[in-house]
Amino acid sequence: MKALAVHSGHFTMRGLRAMARQPAFLVVSLVQPLVWLLLFGRLFERVAELPGFGGGSYIAYLVPGVVVMTVVFSAGWAGMAFIDDMGRGILDRLLTTPARRGAFMVGTLAYQACSGVVQALAIFVMGLALGASYAGGAAGVAVTLAAVVLLTAAFSSLSNALALLVRTRESLIGASQFLALPLTFTSSAFMAPDAAPGWIRAASAVNPVDWAVTASREALSAAPDWRAVLLRLAWLAALSLVLGFLATRAFRAYQRSV
Amino acid sequence: MSSRAVQVRDLVKRYGKVTAVDGLSFEVPAGTVFGLLGPNGAGKSTTVKILTTLARPDAGSALVAGEDVLRHPGRVRRAIGCVTQKVSVDPMATGRENLLLQGALYGMPRRELRSRADELLARFGLAEAAGRPARTYSGGMQRRLDVAMGLVHRPRVLFLDEPTTGLDPEARADLWTEIARLAAHEGLTILLTTHYLDEADRLAARLAIVDRGRVVAEGSPDELKSELRGDAVHVDLDGTGSVEAALAAIARVGAVRDVVAAGRALHTRADDGASAVPHVLAALDAAGVRVASVRVSRPSLDDVYLRHTGRTFGEASAPGHAREEVAA
Repeated sequence: MKALAVHSGHFTMRGLRAMARQPAFLVVSLVQPLVWLLLFGRLFERVAELPGFGGGSYIAYLVPGVVVMTVVFSAGWAGMAFIDDMGRGILDRLLTTPARRGAFMVGTLAYQACSGVVQALAIFVMGLALGASYAGGAAGVAVTLAAVVLLTAAFSSLSNALALLVRTRESLIGASQFLALPLTFTSSAFMAPDAAPGWIRAASAVNPVDWAVTASREALSAAPDWRAVLLRLAWLAALSLVLGFLATRAFRAYQRSV
Repeated sequence: MSSRAVQVRDLVKRYGKVTAVDGLSFEVPAGTVFGLLGPNGAGKSTTVKILTTLARPDAGSALVAGEDVLRHPGRVRRAIGCVTQKVSVDPMATGRENLLLQGALYGMPRRELRSRADELLARFGLAEAAGRPARTYSGGMQRRLDVAMGLVHRPRVLFLDEPTTGLDPEARADLWTEIARLAAHEGLTILLTTHYLDEADRLAARLAIVDRGRVVAEGSPDELKSELRGDAVHVDLDGTGSVEAALAAIARVGAVRDVVAAGRALHTRADDGASAVPHVLAALDAAGVRVASVRVSRPSLDDVYLRHTGRTFGEASAPGHAREEVAA
């Protein structure tokens, strides 16, 4: 257990260090959510007048949606690091050391989560600047960050598992876009559930992206329904554990192919 | 640990219908450099993958540093250092960071690890570049860092899989010197795979020649060469005459034996090469075959390979041929 934690720490640092050395990547990952906020905020501004939005500003409604969308898309790319490492022979080298298989997984999840948290905080600040207010205060922000970490863990695990199975960039990008787009747009990220068609509302009950959006938005509201929040966080936690376990198992499939 | 650092018995590995390793056996005495020599596709890298716990064999057994690779892969991993065919340094990390991460994965104490990293950086001529990301290194520097990473935790057995492939002659000579120095270092066993005859000849105390997933000959380079009595006589035919006619003509010359054709080159052996040449030329002339050149040489590893596989090394290493071999 100690080795797992220590090795995970080393891999987390490696990921963060590599990210910090690509300033262009950092800038893009912060500018992109700003573009979504401005674009969707202006484009759909008047949907907040529909029933189901509770009469608040659309920017305030949009902030948790953009946070979650950003996380889903970034985490979907997590497996790219594995594909790079495979191509460079780094993964094979690491697999001949005593490093724990689980540590490769936990390490990438941890640094993805760090970057997700930074992105989320940046989006909160941008939202404030655009006139959003967060009635739920610090507790609401904390719940959103927890949802970010859990959703990142789930989607990064999935992306890592796909990376180990498909082993090419093109297949990984294709598969992750194929999942991320529909899951995001059938969630309540941009549209109030009451204003969406019935089948989408039904589908969102089993959509992890919606669990994260709903938990965050509820916690950021003036009078949160904490039971609904905790329930969704628990589902996210369970999902990320299952996917993390399966992704670690995917190393076996990879090693069979070596 | 026994006096055998690596023991491989009847190893088999299949990928689908392709048999990459087909009943391979050899032993490596502790503290020596052992070479696995063979053309691309002969099964050398697959063997190394099995010995370094990366791949599982379909049959057979392997002990590394006295531990079974299937039963105790964790113990094997602690005992080995591994330099894979492809340079596998992290391009975004500096040279020193690469070494520190590698050592940390073996649980080396921080202080010891730092001094070990500095020592290796100095030894491999990377001290000045230690703080730069590895992506800014030349190919030779990356390879040296790669080897240093395989050594950071003081392994008992070091695997070097085609260590000088892709290096320029100067970088290659540097690395040879360093590997020879490592071998002199007490206790370290090195298993080297290579498809360069001169590399095996220069570095390996003992070697196994691998062909189509099997060991076809084993011994020290000198032993292997001295098994071939006499000299090698190579005849290059010009573009016109029939190779069959030439083969038939040479076969009738009493002074030579073991005639093999590779393209328009004929390879044969003679107890005394110089005195056999006139007979060979006379026989070819009588058969109406024109000769472009004749060469007499002391036995080389290429001749050893030819003797055991019926093909010259260059022929077996040609890209088209290697692919055919993998598919076979």
